[in-house]
Amino acid sequence: MDLNFTPEEQAFRAEVCAFLREQLPPEIARKVHDGKRLAKDDFVRWQKILHAKGWGASSWPVAHGGTGWSAVQQHIFDEECADAGAPMQLPFGLKMVAPVIMAFGNPAQQARFLPRIVDGTDWWCQGYSEPGSGSDLASLKTRAVRDGDHYVINGQKTWNTLGQYADWIFCLVRTSTEGRQQEGISFLLIDMKTPGITVRPIIMMDGEHEINEVWFEDVRVPIENRVGEENKGWTYAKFLLGHERTGIAGVGRSKRELKKLKTIACRESSAGRPLIEDPRFRDRIAQVEMELMALEITNLRVISAEGEKKRAPGPEASILKIKGSEIQQILTELQMQALGHYALPYLHESLDPDWSGDAAMPAYEGDAGPLSGHYFNVRKTTIYGGSNEIQKNIISQMILGL
Amino acid sequence: MNFDYTEEQIALQDTLRRFYARDYGFEHRRAMSKSADGFDRAAWATFADFGILALPFPEDFGGLNGNAVDTMLVMEMLGRGLALEPYLSSVVLCGGLIRDAGSAAQKEALLPAIAGGELMFAFAHNEAGSRYALDHVATRATPAGGGWTLDGAKAVVLAAPSAGKFIVSAREGLGLSLFLVDAGAPGLSLRSYPTQDGARAGDLRLDGVQVAADALIGGACGALPLIERAVDYANAALCAEAVGIMAALNEVTLEYLKTRKQFGTPIGKFQALQHRMADMVIATEQARSMATLAAVRADSTDAAERSRSVAAAKAYVLQSARLVGQQAVQLHGGMGVTDELNVGHYFKRLTMIGLTFGDVDYHLGRFSDTLLAA
Repeated sequence: MDLNFTPEEQAFRAEVCAFLREQLPPEIARKVHDGKRLAKDDFVRWQKILHAKGWGASSWPVAHGGTGWSAVQQHIFDEECADAGAPMQLPFGLKMVAPVIMAFGNPAQQARFLPRIVDGTDWWCQGYSEPGSGSDLASLKTRAVRDGDHYVINGQKTWNTLGQYADWIFCLVRTSTEGRQQEGISFLLIDMKTPGITVRPIIMMDGEHEINEVWFEDVRVPIENRVGEENKGWTYAKFLLGHERTGIAGVGRSKRELKKLKTIACRESSAGRPLIEDPRFRDRIAQVEMELMALEITNLRVISAEGEKKRAPGPEASILKIKGSEIQQILTELQMQALGHYALPYLHESLDPDWSGDAAMPAYEGDAGPLSGHYFNVRKTTIYGGSNEIQKNIISQMILGL
Repeated sequence: MNFDYTEEQIALQDTLRRFYARDYGFEHRRAMSKSADGFDRAAWATFADFGILALPFPEDFGGLNGNAVDTMLVMEMLGRGLALEPYLSSVVLCGGLIRDAGSAAQKEALLPAIAGGELMFAFAHNEAGSRYALDHVATRATPAGGGWTLDGAKAVVLAAPSAGKFIVSAREGLGLSLFLVDAGAPGLSLRSYPTQDGARAGDLRLDGVQVAADALIGGACGALPLIERAVDYANAALCAEAVGIMAALNEVTLEYLKTRKQFGTPIGKFQALQHRMADMVIATEQARSMATLAAVRADSTDAAERSRSVAAAKAYVLQSARLVGQQAVQLHGGMGVTDELNVGHYFKRLTMIGLTFGDVDYHLGRFSDTLLAA
């Protein structure tokens, strides 16, 4: 039992920090720290910088162009990136479709798609949920009908994150209506430029365009773009959902947001004293910090067990998802609450990176605008990726055998 | 980074697990709780054979040089076994104080006796009105004839009836000192009673109790940091005990959900109960993480870091324990509130841990106040 990182791991952390100091563009880090809107170019630029260093895919094996890092190294990398204000590397290509292509794709698909993910050329998005298929994902209805060496796709996907920028979408489609609904699903890779695809924005309650619905009308997809076998897509989908375990806790980002919360609580005042001196508010910060300490250790326990690859899968992934998402929500709630009445104004332009405040509202400091929006935005975290209620079904039914 | 126990630690864990399964079943425990001693002296002798009474002591004094993680492992097993034996008082608290601050002569005389099981200790520190504050001591030490005279009263001294010796805290001027006091010392009187969790405790009166110069542990008037360290250590140990109890409660509750039938089906098929069970498992895993943190930090030489981590861990573990304990009773329905099942007894022990050396509010406040220094 030893909670210390090894000298090699500490040296690795120092190397990551040095790289971030030299290579992370300060204007991007500023946006992340201030909670400003990130442009497509910010994400792509950062991915290209990482790729140039050879660090484009921290969770991939070397054979596919990844770093081959251990789970502990990935954790250190994620933590330092979050602390430095690096944009999150979007998971749709790197952590969702890529592992499926590696595990179930053919060599031609691997050679075609994987290099363009790691070097930042292709932007991927996800086509899983449908209007009638949320938690009950296997009931999906988007149809793929064989026509020669193509599938013809008709249907609608929704809750598609940042699909407005995407070059490719990975989709679960129905290729059979026979038998159990799980047994008629296939996994397709679809070029977003294919005729018949329409992307329509869904404006979320924070007022932002982050999410879309994607319509397919007689969209022709070559058979060669199917990953694995026809009607076996559910297996790959479950693999995808279960693959990413340790990143989902978001410990690094939450540590950064906790720091920010404390900064705000020291700066804002209550009854003439810094807000942090109000024990009622301070105890709430302490409570979420305790939750985060526990989550960090739980996450490290999972990471160190993964490194040794010797334990049967337990409830860990679901615990990390549930606790990680709850903590993200509490942190944004407390950040918002710390602002008091300055959490009320809604100024869409305040999320623009070049917005320099409002002369008519001199007390309205830079981060007041983003903070309430973030509270409303992260209500999604307990819903997406298998809602927290679905996670409890997984724990009780799959793990505990109820 | 490594969260695994060593082979030796796993062997010790297995030994204790087998002992509770074979020799210390729930009905045996019930009988021992009702006995005059309130615990099993044969089990204590077995503990001496296992070496766990010597675990945290230096090899020079017959010990095994164990660290706080070793203590955590033992306490988790004692929690699972719902042990009545005063391991916390005698070995962790008082043994720890003697180990950390005792003179060579005191260690020589006392640690092997504790390790061998022939001498048991109790820590007489809390007083009426002290609540959980460690510096609130009204018992007075007055210098007398090269030694001291002790006058005062100590409240709810855990394991007091079985103690052959006490470690008594007393105030001399502005400082606190710790003294070794024989249970039979003239002027010392004890009113003992059972506790809610089936163990024993007592209230102590000291009326002109004479102690010699060599009864002092550590320097005169400088004991508060020693007490703080010992109590942090004890709280880390209690976190581990609580985790052991929570794990045991989850096992019996899960089994009950799978076997108890209502409406023609096992009640574990109902989603309301499934999610409650999932909440209990989550709370226990998170509590285990915090208990681990507390154990590792309990050995830290940085006192601020140690007490900050232990405070956070105790507050968090107690919150988890409340959820798991209350819901284990709830999910057992009417049977959960009987004396017959072990569930109620586990719950009572968990609840009393929540009132020993600081409750949730106390530790949350301690941790919260560290945010001001940051």
